[in-house]
Amino acid sequence: MNRYPLWKNLLIGLVLLWGLIYTLPNFYGEVPAVQVSSGKATLKLDTAATLKRVEESLAAAGLQHDGLFADLNSVRIRFHDTDTQLKAKDAVEKAFNPDASDPSYVVALNLLSASPQWLTSIHALPMYLGLDLRGGVHFLLQVDMKGAVTKRLDATTGDLRTLLRDKNVRHIGITREGQTVVVRFRDTENQSRAKAVITANTNDLQLVEGQDGADFKLTATLTPLAQKTIQEFAIKQNISTLHNRINELGVAEPVIQQQGLDRIVVQLPGVQDVAKAKDILGRTATLEIRMVDDTPGALEAAMTGSVPPGTELYNERGGRPLLVKKQVVLTGERLTDAQPGFDGQTHEPAVHLTLDAAGARIFKDVTRENVNKRMAILLIEKGKGEVVTAPVIRGEIGGGRVQISGRMSSEEATDTALLLRAGSLAAPMEIIEERTIGPSLGADNISKGFHSTLWGFIAIAVFMCIYYMLFGFVSVIALASNLLLLVALLSLLQATLTLPGIAAIALTLGMAIDANVLINERIREELRNGSSPQAAIHAGYDRAFDTILDSNVTTLIAGIALLIFGSGPVRGFAVVHCLGIMTSMFSAILVSRGLVNLIYGKKRKLEKLAIGQVWKPGV
Amino acid sequence: MEFFRIHKDIPFMKHALVFNVISLITFLLAVFFLATKGLHFSVEFTGGTLMEVSYSEPPALEKLRDALAKEGYQDAQVQNFGSSRDVLIRLPNRDGVETGKVSEKVIASLGAIEGPKPELRRVEFVGPQVGKELASDGAMALLLVIGGIVVYLAMRFEWRFAVSAIIANLHDVIIILGFFALFQWEFSLPVLAATLAVLGYSVNESVVVFDRVRETFKKKRGLTTPQVLDHAITSTISRTIITHGSTQIMVLSMLVFGGETLFYFSLALTIGICFGIYSSVLVASPLVMWLGVSREQFMQPKKEKQEAVV
Repeated sequence: MNRYPLWKNLLIGLVLLWGLIYTLPNFYGEVPAVQVSSGKATLKLDTAATLKRVEESLAAAGLQHDGLFADLNSVRIRFHDTDTQLKAKDAVEKAFNPDASDPSYVVALNLLSASPQWLTSIHALPMYLGLDLRGGVHFLLQVDMKGAVTKRLDATTGDLRTLLRDKNVRHIGITREGQTVVVRFRDTENQSRAKAVITANTNDLQLVEGQDGADFKLTATLTPLAQKTIQEFAIKQNISTLHNRINELGVAEPVIQQQGLDRIVVQLPGVQDVAKAKDILGRTATLEIRMVDDTPGALEAAMTGSVPPGTELYNERGGRPLLVKKQVVLTGERLTDAQPGFDGQTHEPAVHLTLDAAGARIFKDVTRENVNKRMAILLIEKGKGEVVTAPVIRGEIGGGRVQISGRMSSEEATDTALLLRAGSLAAPMEIIEERTIGPSLGADNISKGFHSTLWGFIAIAVFMCIYYMLFGFVSVIALASNLLLLVALLSLLQATLTLPGIAAIALTLGMAIDANVLINERIREELRNGSSPQAAIHAGYDRAFDTILDSNVTTLIAGIALLIFGSGPVRGFAVVHCLGIMTSMFSAILVSRGLVNLIYGKKRKLEKLAIGQVWKPGV
Repeated sequence: MEFFRIHKDIPFMKHALVFNVISLITFLLAVFFLATKGLHFSVEFTGGTLMEVSYSEPPALEKLRDALAKEGYQDAQVQNFGSSRDVLIRLPNRDGVETGKVSEKVIASLGAIEGPKPELRRVEFVGPQVGKELASDGAMALLLVIGGIVVYLAMRFEWRFAVSAIIANLHDVIIILGFFALFQWEFSLPVLAATLAVLGYSVNESVVVFDRVRETFKKKRGLTTPQVLDHAITSTISRTIITHGSTQIMVLSMLVFGGETLFYFSLALTIGICFGIYSSVLVASPLVMWLGVSREQFMQPKKEKQEAVV
């Protein structure tokens, strides 16, 4: 009766094998590597071509590599030792960034898992270490959503002014008052006409009629839906802006994530220079609209080195040179939105820009005076400009809504729109949490966590083996397989392992032994009451099961509560704790039973169990 | 080897009143310390800046304090931490100052002092918004744990068990907090996690005992309720001590090898485990008795099968 069917034994075996495979990468350690990724928002990394270039540059420098890896946005090269890594970084840097003062690629030093290719290909990766274990900087940024809404309302004020003027509605003032826009009128006729016009033109505003002394007024507020869209848009744009800026730091694996509704987490592993990191996070790239100098011969002259005064030579995205006037027509501050879309008539992909009231006025004047000329839109980053696009002006453009179209794929339209937005933050941000962990502290933390777990485990193992003999040994094997499965799960899920997480591993092991103690005590008790050894094993496991389930569920409840409400270190603890409870249920019940069955199950005439001394009262 | 050779059931319930009085006194003491001394919250809760700096040779703390005071940080706490070469600096948040820049200023002014140069090991800056949220999140987590456990135990056992288990274990939580208030140990996020984990863990203890109580009620007739409780506790006590011993071995290992970060975490666990044994066995069981548990509650009425009429 103490035998598992074959499938059950196979299942246990397979699960343990799976655990072993996914735990393996953690034993290989890390090797030095170089990572190449795009350093400019305008440049998309073509991985296949980059791989080839990397290989060529390494071959030219006579350097051996241990493997090339490519993912969506970067190419990584493994090396045997740090010496080669450093040399290779120089070689690759030289090949990819010929102009050191204007790097287009980020070439960064990194560490990669040394595990063999076949493990990586089945997604068996080492555990993902948190910043407190590997060192680095962590920021939590709060996005000022009120600021985003205010910015939009300011733009709305201008829009309404233009709209009412176009429709010949007379008003005596439009102002933003807090989170509302108020339009005043002398009479009710204009008030109701304005209301009709505004409702016909926008869905984003809720209008309330009212009276202010002798004047009549319309109070406009943003609808909840519009506010939500603005906020979602603001946080997305801020994240993409942050991405662009952080690229510049050359961090191998930055983490930039939204947290909750209005927060952004930025984690920069390996970065120690907090001041520089903060500086870069806080910087704004600016957008400028300038006119192109089309004077015949001027471009040719500039190409030969004599740039006409008042102009600058830039390269277009395609690589063609372009002579741009130094005088700035508009800056990015006047741009309120940029979205990809399609031309209303030709259905070609296009980028739609929205300018604020002042911007719209300037733009109208400039376009009227410069029909059939080209204007350039430049993104100024790190003091260097780049022409994003240089369209031809077809006619006067009023109303602040600008469309750029022609010779553009829809992907290019999306990229351009992103770039135009990337210049500025949609809403101001503030650092509300900062954590810096030095690399030596990270290494210390790993060894501390490791040693606590190791010595605790050894002590428990020794005690169990002495106290319960063979059954103690079985319990220790079950506990070890619990550890194996837990590490495998953490590796598979790539959950971030932090120091509290390691503490949770240790604690889970300490708690998991409870199930085995319960079982062993129960078996002893059955023996004490005179059961035969086989019956005692059976009853012991059976009766203990209920108790084990109940106690694990209560522990799990606490774990889940921590998971839901915890943040930072608490969450790291809770994830491991919850996973550990699940793996411990499996290993304490199935693995240990399976082993005991294998050892004792076939013996028909079993006289004695090696479970230590069973003391009977009165004997 | 067998540690526990118990001939007869130990009459725990005879002394139930004594246990409850002891609990009540410890509990009141803990509440008293919490009320008078309060918890020493870490920077995560209060907001502020915490910096850990290490030197190649022991620096003079006075000099560091003077340098910081010159920069306008008179309220900076500077103390040794771990060894005489490691220094911990705490700075409270202040209104109107750009809080994000504090750490850079501090490290610059420390670097300007003559003598050994500082190496920055760790910076933690928490803005004022975050702390409040943490406190409310912590409270919500506690409520969820309590609610979840009560509902689960009430379903699996009986409401009397659920209520007494949760009271007994909440009293542990208060006592852990009381210790942290009395000794003014730092109450940080990991400590909060440990406290809640202990709550889930020591409810186990009550569950194991209650499980036995239920079984004994069903199997052995003719025993009074206190006798049943005594029997249940006695027959599980060996398991209780061994399990807690094993968990404590692990926690002890963390206490010794885990360094500063895990120290208070494991300290909270240690207190929780020690009081957990006591309270979930010797507090929860008398409570169940006072609440009037009896055999009848476990004798399930035979269900009458109803035939479905279509």
